[in-house]
Amino acid sequence: MTNSQELKETLARISGVDVRKCMRCGKCSGTCPAYDEMEYHPHEFVYMVEKGEIEKLMASPSLYKCLSCFACVERCPRGVEPAKVVEAVRLLVIRQQGCNHMTPDQIPALLDEDLPQQAIVSAMRKYSK
Amino acid sequence: MQVNEGFKPTIVAFCCNWCSYAGADLAGTNRLQYPADVKIIRVPCSCRVNPLFILRAFQRGADGVILCGCHPGDCHYTTGNYYARRRMTLLFSMLDYLGIERERTRVEWVSAAEGVKFAATMNDFVSTVTALGENKRLEDLRCKAN
Amino acid sequence: MQRIGVFVCWCGSNIAATVDVEAVAEALSHEPGVVFSANYQYMCSEAGQNLIKDAIRDHQLTGVVICSCSPRMHEQTFRKTAAAAGLNPYMVEIANIREQCSWIHKDKAAGTEKAIILGRAAVAKVHLNAPLVAGESPVTKRALVIGGGIAGIQTALDIADAGFEVDIVEKEPTIGGKMTQLDKTFPTLDCAACILTPKMVDCAQDERIHIYAYSEVEKVEGFVGNFTVTIKKKARFVDETKCTGCGLCTEKCPQKKVPNLFNLGLDTRRAIYIPFAQAVPKVATIDADYCNMLKNGKCGVCAKVCTAGAIDYKQTDQHIEEKYGAIVVATGYNPIKLDSFEEYAYAQSPDVVTSLEFERLTNAAGPTGGTLLRPSDGKHPHTIVFVQCVGSRDTSGCGKPYCSKICCMYTAKHAMLTRDKYPDTEVYVFYIDVRTPGKNFDEFYRRAVEEYGVHYIKGMVGKVAPQADGTLMVQASDLISNEQLHISADMVVLAAAIEPDKSARPLATMLTASMDTNDFFTEAHPKLRPVESPTAGIFLSGACQGPKDIPETVAQAGAAASKVIGLLSKNKLTGNPCVARSDEMLCNGCSSCEKVCPYGAISYEDKEFRMPNRTVAIRRVAKVNPAVCQGCGACTVACPSGAMDLLGFSNRQIMAEVDAICK
Repeated sequence: MTNSQELKETLARISGVDVRKCMRCGKCSGTCPAYDEMEYHPHEFVYMVEKGEIEKLMASPSLYKCLSCFACVERCPRGVEPAKVVEAVRLLVIRQQGCNHMTPDQIPALLDEDLPQQAIVSAMRKYSK
Repeated sequence: MQVNEGFKPTIVAFCCNWCSYAGADLAGTNRLQYPADVKIIRVPCSCRVNPLFILRAFQRGADGVILCGCHPGDCHYTTGNYYARRRMTLLFSMLDYLGIERERTRVEWVSAAEGVKFAATMNDFVSTVTALGENKRLEDLRCKAN
Repeated sequence: MQRIGVFVCWCGSNIAATVDVEAVAEALSHEPGVVFSANYQYMCSEAGQNLIKDAIRDHQLTGVVICSCSPRMHEQTFRKTAAAAGLNPYMVEIANIREQCSWIHKDKAAGTEKAIILGRAAVAKVHLNAPLVAGESPVTKRALVIGGGIAGIQTALDIADAGFEVDIVEKEPTIGGKMTQLDKTFPTLDCAACILTPKMVDCAQDERIHIYAYSEVEKVEGFVGNFTVTIKKKARFVDETKCTGCGLCTEKCPQKKVPNLFNLGLDTRRAIYIPFAQAVPKVATIDADYCNMLKNGKCGVCAKVCTAGAIDYKQTDQHIEEKYGAIVVATGYNPIKLDSFEEYAYAQSPDVVTSLEFERLTNAAGPTGGTLLRPSDGKHPHTIVFVQCVGSRDTSGCGKPYCSKICCMYTAKHAMLTRDKYPDTEVYVFYIDVRTPGKNFDEFYRRAVEEYGVHYIKGMVGKVAPQADGTLMVQASDLISNEQLHISADMVVLAAAIEPDKSARPLATMLTASMDTNDFFTEAHPKLRPVESPTAGIFLSGACQGPKDIPETVAQAGAAASKVIGLLSKNKLTGNPCVARSDEMLCNGCSSCEKVCPYGAISYEDKEFRMPNRTVAIRRVAKVNPAVCQGCGACTVACPSGAMDLLGFSNRQIMAEVDAICK
């Protein structure tokens, strides 16, 4: 089995998403609030995972631009759940030793009074294992 | 579930002509696979199935019997599936009394459009019955000797 | 002992690929009573049928077993074959070794073994078959069409044209259906009213057509050729025979604030109304929810102004019972409710409209007199965004999993007409796929792009946000240029998915006609019997069977009509001989069977029986009316003494099948 095939299966296991359900309507990207920040957009995430180009995604900073707002999950007419794909790719990266995007001790410096608790928890989950 | 590998159960499926038999045909047309252990008997309506037929099947060595009819409210004969449901409820409680595992019998509603459901139901039923193993409780050993 | 012939069909490679047909024929030839066994490439072909006929004659067969496709496919074919060779058609049994064997198994050994067992069960059953003769029943030469849209109208006109009487039942006050609300029709841009209203008038004028407008079907009894239907004629509070349709009452009624449903609530009407100028029948109707007179007895203006004296505040619902030979379902469709799509701001902004509402906004008879104006401020929109597939192809649970089929074309029509009438308007269409399979359909769509300059963008709108300045901010993706667009629009038009009318589900239950999971009526065969329901005597016309445009609906309506005409032109129908029969020697007259019979086919009679010592005893025994019995078999199981049995599916036959399978 090729590496990309292996990655694809791991990703499917982590995310629980069947990317073949996508009908390429682009509603996820139409709804994404972080669209302009991202190199690869939500619909591309799904499409590239289907094509097996997961390594490209793993190298992309787009991973950390996704807000995990789940708007794409909410709006997808086919129930594909693109945000879970993004999350899964992120996990593929940070599950490798030493690949944390950020360590917990870096977070206090970035803390903002107005930041909701939920966002901090979400950030912890996003950036470290 | 893989306790009884190699065991091929005998399963009798009673299907009503209007919904479930058509659903089984649709499963076939769509090439949805399910084990060959299932043998279908066509009846005009689920209410044609006399509880005695099910007992007879067990007596003759069937390991599972499934009855499929139209969804409640959709019976071609208006009320047949309701009769079937009541009769089977009674029969099942008697089977309980006889000590036959409850999982060996089942009533399912499958419409003519539900080929997928038919195949899925059969796959599930076969694996359940396979796990239970051979039906020995009601088998008429005199039948077997012949 | 029967003399049985077994015929195993290869069905080309459909069966032969996974079932060893020769082994099946060989194995079955050793079954008791089997005197002939053969296999052939296509049993249903003429050569195959001749093989069966010759064998019946040459081997004096008394029973035939055919191992082939589903009996639902070719049972009739082979019964006719047997009859042609002089054998009773009910001496034929089919073992389904295609749909229920070869197509679902890949392993040839298992497939072959199963095919043999299925064949054995059929042989065991044939041993107990007896020749059956079908009874006959008369045909009521009158048809009922449920739904008075273009589908129902066309079906009724075609049936009436052949000389039969037809009744149309329409739940709205006028016939015409959705097509009356449309402005133009694709791809020719004919005016919908101009082609529909003459047909409505034809219906009204044809003496063989009777229209029950503002009526609903309440009860259906009987069977093919002999339906008895109860129709509820809802109270209009206006005497249809007296009302001239002058419309004076609709001008004088003081209750002005009733949402006009014909214009989808985009404007208001009075409490007494005629839906639109060309309504058929052109009769006023009082909306009881809004009429002051009916609500609190204070008003009566319409009765005062009516010179014909047609107003009748005391009118009540009427129940009419009619007999029919055939019933056509033409209940049509509705756009889905958009409540679960809050991202499109349909509920927040009046300028976000559905395509049907847009249709009314461009219709000369609509609320704006045909000038396209924004519902919010009555100004001309300069940027319009069309969103396709709103709720169609949606498996997330908010919408419908199927393609609604008509949206691509009507959106192209709307976009094109907007650009034609208002060239200063920018028109964007967001699409997932543009589906244009139809005569001149793709050309039409391309014209919208190439000649009229409509901007087609592959992508989906993710969000519509109403802004403080009254515009709508549309956020969407453009998948081809891979960017996110932000368009400031004046109007957004949503191509809502279509779904079967809500009245269809209870109707299907009344008719015992089957439906799919989306509440579309299922056809008897998806390819070969597309306009018939699996329930005999029930026919399907139009969008109640699946999404359809007008030409397809009219074609299907004509096809349904021809099937009805074929049925009504028969004087007698051959019934199903597989009916219940009571053995009077066993019957003890307990009435258990009568109680479960859904058709009332069982009655009792006192019969004399000779008893020992020359005495005579009178006993009450059950009797089945074979013309009424539909052969469900409920009574056979209910009978405590085993006197009731079903011909063709007798207790012994089914037991024999069980035994053969379990052996």
